[in-house]
This record gives sequence, C-alpha cells and structure tokens, in this order.
Amino acid sequence: MTATTAPTRVPVRRQKSTRQHFFKSGLEDSPFKRFLIHLALILSCALAVYPVLRIVSVSLRPGDRLLSTSLAIIPPDATLQAYKTVLFDKAFPVWVWNSLAITTATAITGVILAATSAYAFSRWKFIGRGPGLVFLLTTQMLPAPMMMVPIYILAIKLGLTQTYRGLIIAYSITSVPFSIWILKGYYDTIPHELEEAALIDGVSRLSAFWRIILPLSTPALAIVFLFSFMAAWSDYLLARVMIASERPLWTWVLGVRDFQGQFQTQWGLFSAASVLVMIPAMALFLYSSKWLISGLTLGSVKG
Amino acid sequence: MQFLTLEVILNSLREVGSTVLYILVGTAFLEIVAYLWWKPLSTFSEWIDRGLKFLGKPVRHVISTLLIVGVVIFAVGSVGVGQNVSPLAPYWPFAIVAFLVATYISPNAVKIFHWRMRLPYMLLLPAIVGLMLLVIYPLLWELNVSFTNLNPRHFKSPDFVGFLNYVEVFTRPILKQVTFFPVLMRTILWTVVNLAFHVSGGMGLALLLNRKMRLRGLYRALLIFPWAIPQPIACLAWLGEFHFEYGFVNIALQRVGLAPVRWLTEPTANFAAMCITNIWLGIPFMMVIILGGLQSIAGEYYEAADMDGASPWQKFWQITTPLLQPVLTPAIILGTVWTFTNFNVPFFINQNELETSDTLVTALFRSAFQYFNLSSAAAFAFVNFGLLLIFAIFYIRITGVLKGVTE
Repeated sequence: MTATTAPTRVPVRRQKSTRQHFFKSGLEDSPFKRFLIHLALILSCALAVYPVLRIVSVSLRPGDRLLSTSLAIIPPDATLQAYKTVLFDKAFPVWVWNSLAITTATAITGVILAATSAYAFSRWKFIGRGPGLVFLLTTQMLPAPMMMVPIYILAIKLGLTQTYRGLIIAYSITSVPFSIWILKGYYDTIPHELEEAALIDGVSRLSAFWRIILPLSTPALAIVFLFSFMAAWSDYLLARVMIASERPLWTWVLGVRDFQGQFQTQWGLFSAASVLVMIPAMALFLYSSKWLISGLTLGSVKG
Repeated sequence: MQFLTLEVILNSLREVGSTVLYILVGTAFLEIVAYLWWKPLSTFSEWIDRGLKFLGKPVRHVISTLLIVGVVIFAVGSVGVGQNVSPLAPYWPFAIVAFLVATYISPNAVKIFHWRMRLPYMLLLPAIVGLMLLVIYPLLWELNVSFTNLNPRHFKSPDFVGFLNYVEVFTRPILKQVTFFPVLMRTILWTVVNLAFHVSGGMGLALLLNRKMRLRGLYRALLIFPWAIPQPIACLAWLGEFHFEYGFVNIALQRVGLAPVRWLTEPTANFAAMCITNIWLGIPFMMVIILGGLQSIAGEYYEAADMDGASPWQKFWQITTPLLQPVLTPAIILGTVWTFTNFNVPFFINQNELETSDTLVTALFRSAFQYFNLSSAAAFAFVNFGLLLIFAIFYIRITGVLKGVTE
C-alpha cells in the first residue's frame, strides 16, 4: 500500500511546488503564524483605509457638527446634505465633467503616442536610441514648477491659454516619457519571432504591430492608460496656471481647492466632493488591478 | 453659478473633439512629409557621404558636434525674455541651415536616413515634436532666464547678468530667510526617510501578501487604496487630520494618553506630518512593484536553500534581495526622483507656509510664483536638476542597471 502511493505522491508535490513554490509556505505555516500574518495585514489595511473613511465620515455629518472629536466612521445623525449641496447647488458637476473630458482625451492620446514610440525604441537600433532613453529618464527629474512659466508663455504665444486644448496637449505629452519606459520594457519581453513569422507571411510591419504586439501588451497598455489618466485627473499645478481665471473651464481640483478656501474650509462640501471624485479613480484602479503587477514589473524583470 | 446643462456638455465635447482632430491632422501632416521626403533625403545623404569621404570620420564628427553646440547656444540665446526680443532671433534660418549641415556632415547621416529607419523615426516623430514643445523649449527658456535678472524690478527689460544667479543661489537666502544648504539637507532627509519607509514597508507587505491565503485579493485591493486616491485630495484630507483639535491624529494620541502635537505650526512636527502623509501615499507603489518581482523569482532557489537548511533570514538576504535587484533598482531610482521632486505633499501639508519645512521644489515654487524672482528661481531649478542628475548617474553607474536597457 505505502509502496504504491509513495511514488505517485512525490512527483505531484514537486510539480506543484516548482510552479508556485513561494505560495507553498502559506498553507504549511503554523496556525499561530498565519494568525499573526492576518493580524499584520488587517492592521496595515486599517491604516491604509482609515484616512479615506474619515473623509466619508465627515461628508456624512450634518453642517453644524462638521468638527467633532468623535472617531466613529458613520456619525449617528448622518445626512446626505453635503452631497446634495455639492451636486445641485454648486458648479461641481461641471468641473467633474470638464475633468473627465480632458482626462479621457489626454489618456487616449498619451497612450497612442507612447505605444508607437516605445515600439520604435524596442525593435530598432536607430541613431540616438540610447541617449533618447536616458533623456526620457532625465525629464522625470525636472521639477514641475520649473516648467510652468515657460509652458505658460508658450501657451500664450500659441493662443492655448484658457482653453482645454492647451491642457490636453500638455497633459498627454507629460506622461509620455514614463509610459515609453514601461511599454518599451514590456515590448522587449515579447519574442521577435512572432512578428518575423508574420512579416514572412507578407504582413506589413505596422499591421504586425497592431495585430500582434498591441494585443499581447494589454497589461502594460492598461497601466500606461491608468498612469496617464491619474496624472491628468489629479493635476493641480498646470490647471491652475492655464485655466484658473476661467471659472467655467475649471477642473475639479481647482474647484475642490476652492472649497478649502483661504480663510475657512467648507469641510462638508470638500469631503463630499472628494468622495465623489475618488470613485472614478478607484473604479479604474480596481478594474485594472489584475494587470497592475504584470504590467508594471514584467519589463524591468527582463531589462 | 453654473449647471451641467446639455449645452455645457456639448460645448466641451466639441472642444475636446476639435483638439483631438487638430492633433490627428497635425500628426498626419508631419508623417506624410516625413514619408515623402525620406527617399530624397536618403539619396542626398549617401551623395554627401561619398563627397566627404576624404575628411575622415573623426574630423566630420568634431565639425558636426561643434555646429550642434553652436546651434544649441544660439537657440538658448534667441528665446526672448520679458518683452525683449532677442537680437539673435532674426537669424533663425541660419541656425536651421547650420543644423542641417551638422546632420549631413556627421558620418551617421547615412545610417539616420537609411530607408529602413524611416518607419522607426516616423513612429517617434509625434513624441519628438511634443517633447520639443513641452520639455526642450521650456528648458531653453529657463536656461536663458537664469542668466538674466528677470524679477519684479526688471520685468520689462531684463539684462544679462552672467552667472550671478547661480552664485546667489548659494550665497543669498532663496526665500525670505532660508538659505540653500539647509533646504537641500532637509530635502535629502525627506527623500531618504520617505524612501526607507516606502521600500521597507512595501517589502514587508509584499512578503506578507506573497503566499496562498484567504482574503489575499481583498487585502491587496485595500492596501492599494492610498495610491488610487488623487494626490491633492489625499493631501488636503491629511491636512485636515493634522488639525490640532479635530484631526484624528491628535485625537488618537490623546486617547492613548499622549500630549497632542501642533502638526501645522511647529517646524519639526510639520516636517514629520509631511513625511507621514507621503509614506502613506507611497507604500502601495513599492508594494506592487516588489510583489511583481517576488512572483518572478523561480521556486527552485528556495527549494535548494531549504535542502541546505537555510534559515528564512538567510533566504531573504541571499536569494530574495539579490534577485529583486532588477525590479528594485529602477523602482528606487524612480521613487527617489519622484519623492525629491514631489510638490503636492510639501505644498499642501505646509499650509502655514513655514519656510522651515519647504523642500527644494516648494521653495522653487514660492520663489517663482510668490516672489516672482523668475531668474534666480531658474538658476535654482537648474541646480536642483543637476543634483538629481548627478545622483541618478552615480546610482546607475554603481548598479549598472541601465546597461542592458539602452544597449
């Protein structure tokens, strides 16, 4: 009996462990260790989430009790008054709509720009490739406030201030260097043979890119979209420089900053607005979280 | 007061649509020009190359480099500052000619304009034009301004002052009171503290998460929360939480029996508040990166170590850490650069504008946008940029991380 089971059990276990060795430890840990791990994770999650829940909590408080020393998440006399004010008595919906329009256009343009350039960086050894990649990295080191004045002056010269146009163009380019790095790293992990086979079959280089490379790099494209979206969605500096004086064009960041006011903060409105603008970002993050890990690290593992 | 009416929606859609259309038309135009001109340029480059054979490659490289340097200097000088129109500006056609000559004299011209290179350069063209507008032009402008005295007293007609601004960065206060070196030290401290916590926190959480267990997905989703929140909101929310009476930090401290801290007015406490906020914001990114790295490490290494009876501690330092290097090094470079140049956290948390908690970037912002010392701010910005660049070059040299990437 034992003689027959032993040979069958050993290969099975080994196969499993070579595939997912690091996961193995989880189920073999002692119950006490597992308890400690869960405890540590629960504490970390609480730390990560509590400040966010506080915003929700403040947004639910009635207007006369915004400042309180209670630590409870849902106040006993919760109301949706602040949400009502923000949604129906303020220009907040317009701001969110503006942001949404600008950000979506930005993210799509940015991804297209980066996807094509990264393909060139990944597959050809052209003159200026190495310096180009280093240059893209150094653009990350330029402090953002430094660029604001000249960008504003250039925008005036081109007639792009107080418009969406300037913002969309500027945002979609600012995220390009980082996106190119991520995408280039990812394309590098896709074997050249795939395209070469297609090229031999008479497919053009561009359609090989379109039909083979792009579908295979969904995780990286998703990450790049996410990054461009988030960068534009939560930008404060450029929006303030470019469109601050045109109230109807305001993005939500400018509006919410306005709730925070110079002298008195309208905490209720601020919190309600924050909760509302967190939702699209959160949804996008949760939706793309399955790609987050592979898209972000696969390139650098190989490089 | 403005409502979200159909008219508003349609207006902005039209604006966005027209922008996208402009971008598309512009790009298409550029691409068509490049496509049509590539073949003649390529033939021309071969012709020139044959004609210049007698010069020899090194001489051609030197001439071409000198010309390019000249064009760059011209470009810096010809950007108008204030209401001045640079005297160099009318001569721009010469610069373009010089640039073309430089390109064609270089022995690389044949390789650049080779017909096989048409597609990659065409793919790069939109990004190149965009970066020219958004990075190169501003850099040239800043470089030009940093050599003039463009400030509120000389707004209309600034003069050339040479390296005075660069000297003054180190010798005079950059804001009202603080001088350069304390701010630099604080910024370095800020970067080091944040990065240490980001990496160790991210590593700890990634190691905890990297196993089979219940609720793994839920934990991961919750831990990514701080990253998913728009930064200005996170900063403003934390600013509220550091309120002396009503912020939860002080309430929690009091419940435990400690004295409340004046987070927003005391210099040290304010700096600590900035760090806490940024650490909270930055851990998820590192965690995700490290988690990806951990999952790429093959299990065989750990099996071999198990057979040799290695302790978990040894396994971590001998296997996990070295094999994480390719993932961790770029992440650390990016993390350093992003923390060093982070604007939102030090700006929003420092609501009372304490000069004692300004980092280099917020000092730069205040110097340029509150005191309008544009020229000294520009010099200051280049000093910042240079420091980061030196750091990055050293780090890349030591770790050799980009060797395989740029080759």
